[in-house]
Amino acid sequence: MIKHDNIERSLPLMVVMIVIALSWGGMVEIVPLFFHEDTTEAVEGLEPYTALQLEGRDIYIREGCHVCHTQMVRPFRAETERYGPYSVSGESVYEHPFLWGSKRTGPDLARVGGRYSDEWHRAHLYNPRDVVPESIMPSYPWLFEDKVDGRLTPKKMEALRIVGVPYTDEDIEGAKDAVDGKPEIEALVAYLQHLGTVITKR
Amino acid sequence: MLSTFWQVWIAVITLGSIIGCGVLIQYTSRGMRKEETDQTTGHDYDGIQEFDNPLPRWWVFMFWGTIVFGFAYLGVYGFGNFNGLLTVEVDGEPVTWTAQNQWKAEVQAFDKTIAPLYEEYAATPVTELIHNEEALQSGQRLFKSNCSVCHGSNAKGAQGFPNLTDTDWLYGGSPEQIKQTITMGRQGAMPAWGAVLGDEGTANMVEYVRSLSGLKHDAAAAEAAAPQFTQICAACHGADGKGMQLLGAPNLTDDVWLYGGSSKQIEFTLKNGRNGKMPAHAEILGSNADAKIHLLTTYVYSLSNE
Repeated sequence: MIKHDNIERSLPLMVVMIVIALSWGGMVEIVPLFFHEDTTEAVEGLEPYTALQLEGRDIYIREGCHVCHTQMVRPFRAETERYGPYSVSGESVYEHPFLWGSKRTGPDLARVGGRYSDEWHRAHLYNPRDVVPESIMPSYPWLFEDKVDGRLTPKKMEALRIVGVPYTDEDIEGAKDAVDGKPEIEALVAYLQHLGTVITKR
Repeated sequence: MLSTFWQVWIAVITLGSIIGCGVLIQYTSRGMRKEETDQTTGHDYDGIQEFDNPLPRWWVFMFWGTIVFGFAYLGVYGFGNFNGLLTVEVDGEPVTWTAQNQWKAEVQAFDKTIAPLYEEYAATPVTELIHNEEALQSGQRLFKSNCSVCHGSNAKGAQGFPNLTDTDWLYGGSPEQIKQTITMGRQGAMPAWGAVLGDEGTANMVEYVRSLSGLKHDAAAAEAAAPQFTQICAACHGADGKGMQLLGAPNLTDDVWLYGGSSKQIEFTLKNGRNGKMPAHAEILGSNADAKIHLLTTYVYSLSNE
């Protein structure tokens, strides 16, 4: 008979039991979804990010945008009224890692694509107060000076291909030239303008 | 739909866990003392000892309570492919609860409530509706959530984003024109003229543009640029520089400057062009877009009309 005492006094046993306890809920709530078409198949019209958008996404991650902005419109009227159609998992199948976020200091960005003009994004990222006086978002002026380094772009795309993003050889070949030396702001705006544009109807 | 394997997987683990919890509490309760004593478990950690007393009764009841709750919850919301008993009303029919159905029900219930009001507003022309305080407040709220990000919460705009409170309109200020702007969006198209004008030509043109609205300028330089203005700029801005609303070409003779009226700013505009864009909002506004656009038009129209 297993007694507390035995578990508490044996570290390996304790570790194993903790792992089992912690993954228990996930075994029912998460594991079956790995095999469910709703969560594994791309929604109609979903394309992998272009090289420029991909670099923009990495800038988004580097600057920590996902810390203050979620990318997940939940199925509530208040949210769909403000942000657009609720997010579905088929939109995120090429996301590695996904950027759903967990805290909204700023608004959700899952459907920000096409909502504002490129000019607005540039003005806003240079200094948010120029267009939204009450904003508390930081400024990102260096994005206008720093250039994208395209040397690693093909490698990133190859890595993504391994985990199931359908990049073609041509995509990867042209990737470096498509991004190298472009201002970072251009990449980030390209990424933002693409966000959530696959589904437009609610 | 889940395959049978996963269906069984979920059922076995979920139900098994809940039943397992019941077995666990039953099993632990059996060996327990009935009464509280001063007996300890014999553990002694740094002088801290533990009484060997029965679990508090309220706690055990709560434990059983959560097990009952667990079964009830599964019955109500369902699990795996099993639909729970809870229903929501979608399209007038009770349907099984799902997150999507709950959202649909929520939206439809709201639309039903708001429909008579929206119908009433839609039947009232904008020029009349601006006297309806409630309609204006709704319009203002819509403006704040959808338009203020570019045009400012006071609608006075910012550099590159038009002020909506003055009487100067790029694309026209009639209710129909405002409605068109919101619905379909607008795309400004001032080409870059730096290469055509050259450095000296650009500098002269800056003076000419400033002269149109009576700003301080070098008269001789302005004079030199006059023929080129007629040749190039007049096509959109008109020979007199008063602009053309059909194209969204701004009036250059007034004191409203979308991108700034300083020599430097005008020079930048001439050299690099400007492509201001108002996104189309028919889709962005989502449900009841027509009614919302009507209210937004009313609000925007009211900002510069009594």
